[in-house]
Amino acid sequence: MAEYPRIRQVGLSGLLVQFGEGMTEPANRAAIAFRAAIDAQQWTGVSETSTSLVSTFVAADLVNMPSEALLEKLQELLTKKDWYNAPLPSGRTLWEIPTLFGTDAAPQLEEAAQAAGVSSEQAITELSTARVRVLTIGFAPGQPYTGELPPHWDIPRQQALTRSVPSGALVVAIRQLIIFTNASPTGWRHVGQTAFRTFRPTSSVPIALSPGDELCFPSVTAKEYEHIQQSDLSGDGGAQRSVLT
Amino acid sequence: MNAELEILSCGPAVTVQDLGRPGFLAQGLTRGGAADVLALHEGAALLGQSPDFAALEMVGMGGSFRANADIRIALTGAPMATTLDDVPIAWNASHLLPAGSILKIGGASSGTYGYLHIGGGIETPVMMGARATHLNASLGAALQVGEILPIGQDRGKTTGMTLASDDRFGGGRIRITASIQTDQFDHATRERFGSTPFTRDARGNRMGVRMQHDGDPFMAADQLSILSDVIVPGDIQIAGDGAPFVLMSECQTTGGYPRIGTVLPLDMARVAQAPAGAPISFEFVDLPQARTIEQRAALARKVLGQAVTPLLRDPYSIRDLLSYQLISGAVSATHDPSKKED
Repeated sequence: MAEYPRIRQVGLSGLLVQFGEGMTEPANRAAIAFRAAIDAQQWTGVSETSTSLVSTFVAADLVNMPSEALLEKLQELLTKKDWYNAPLPSGRTLWEIPTLFGTDAAPQLEEAAQAAGVSSEQAITELSTARVRVLTIGFAPGQPYTGELPPHWDIPRQQALTRSVPSGALVVAIRQLIIFTNASPTGWRHVGQTAFRTFRPTSSVPIALSPGDELCFPSVTAKEYEHIQQSDLSGDGGAQRSVLT
Repeated sequence: MNAELEILSCGPAVTVQDLGRPGFLAQGLTRGGAADVLALHEGAALLGQSPDFAALEMVGMGGSFRANADIRIALTGAPMATTLDDVPIAWNASHLLPAGSILKIGGASSGTYGYLHIGGGIETPVMMGARATHLNASLGAALQVGEILPIGQDRGKTTGMTLASDDRFGGGRIRITASIQTDQFDHATRERFGSTPFTRDARGNRMGVRMQHDGDPFMAADQLSILSDVIVPGDIQIAGDGAPFVLMSECQTTGGYPRIGTVLPLDMARVAQAPAGAPISFEFVDLPQARTIEQRAALARKVLGQAVTPLLRDPYSIRDLLSYQLISGAVSATHDPSKKED
């Protein structure tokens, strides 16, 4: 049984600090907090950093810089605090993204509610009041994997893929919610629809979300959703944002 | 007026590429950029300019192009039959493309990715810090007939230069090193991986290239229970069918399939260029060896400019041969220039 946190070398591309074997909230928080701490150090030779579900990647030129020096610095930083209990970095954003649940726009709400063992009304109440965190971003640029929902939302992905959900689709499985960047086939169930664009290539801020940001999905009517679609052309889809301190 | 390059016809996968777009890993976007980075450095050496300039990457075949001003070009990567106003011109060389002339770049005779470089570089708008098209992220798109590409100001003058071509266009030995999940494959599996002959599968693109082999699949100890973690280009992912898949410059940033190793950056060009059916083998090298190999490769890229030599022209390929003053400077076999004439 490996001890965590542990540090692995990623070829000549950098070092990876892993905080756990499986997805847990403290390990995810540790990865995000540790990444912020590394960024604050501004070490020379570190070109960028990123997080996956429970790990922090430190990209560095290990061709020109021996890995031992970076390894020592990371080990030292790891001992500085209990990262599993570290507070999340400040300056993160809370996004409240208006969402149309169910209807023809998001046809799998009922099915997902059934799998979670709640009524459709209860599912909307739960999903529209839950506050989830961006656990990691991946699959497509800016596409957030957020969580965690209460345990009864640990529903499996579908065996057969949905042929395509549209950009902005809110989908659910394994206690997580995703907003899709691009229209895509998926095994996750399509429970809501947003006008939020996670990737805006021509914008000065092309990728809206960062790991650690928090999201909630207030429920709107079909009419309100239509109004948002027509009135907010920024890509925010009517979202309110505020800074988390 | 700035020079422009017009696309008169082109293959289905011609894109603007440069060294890629670092800095967005945390937000789900891999670096992307040219599939054959060495080819970018070769083009830069031939034109005496920075490897940061953007060029056209052409998959399998090129197209026809015309400029509205005299421009310098260089051709590198997978050799493609090329003509200038219907007269064949040399690959791996720089040339003058006169205003209005037609440059035709045909199919690749070996390899996959050919490059057309322009003196001054292609100056399409910078998107998120780079000009590289990232097809997988829908950032930019393959070029279409009729598009007109702006060209930067060229500070160089020399053309007619060449670089010796190398052997990276037909597959071969790929050096790999350990990565985060290598030790989840047992010793025997890793040994077998290093001794198995593969061929480059027909399935391959800028995201990844599948390798085909006969025999048992390659499996990690906990093939299905691996948590999604960071991916870097070069990682060799073993998907559900047990076949290796080398992840290329436009790969995803994270993934849950185990990875048996990662390709050394300098050998990525060989993986990218291998055409379907080409033989491939993998050889593990340890990290110190990998570092030494990469340091040497970086040095070789730095001094590429010194390896550039004038193109010796084959008289049959000189279209306006008769306009040259061929007898100027002729010497007499009997005349001794050291002796004064009376």
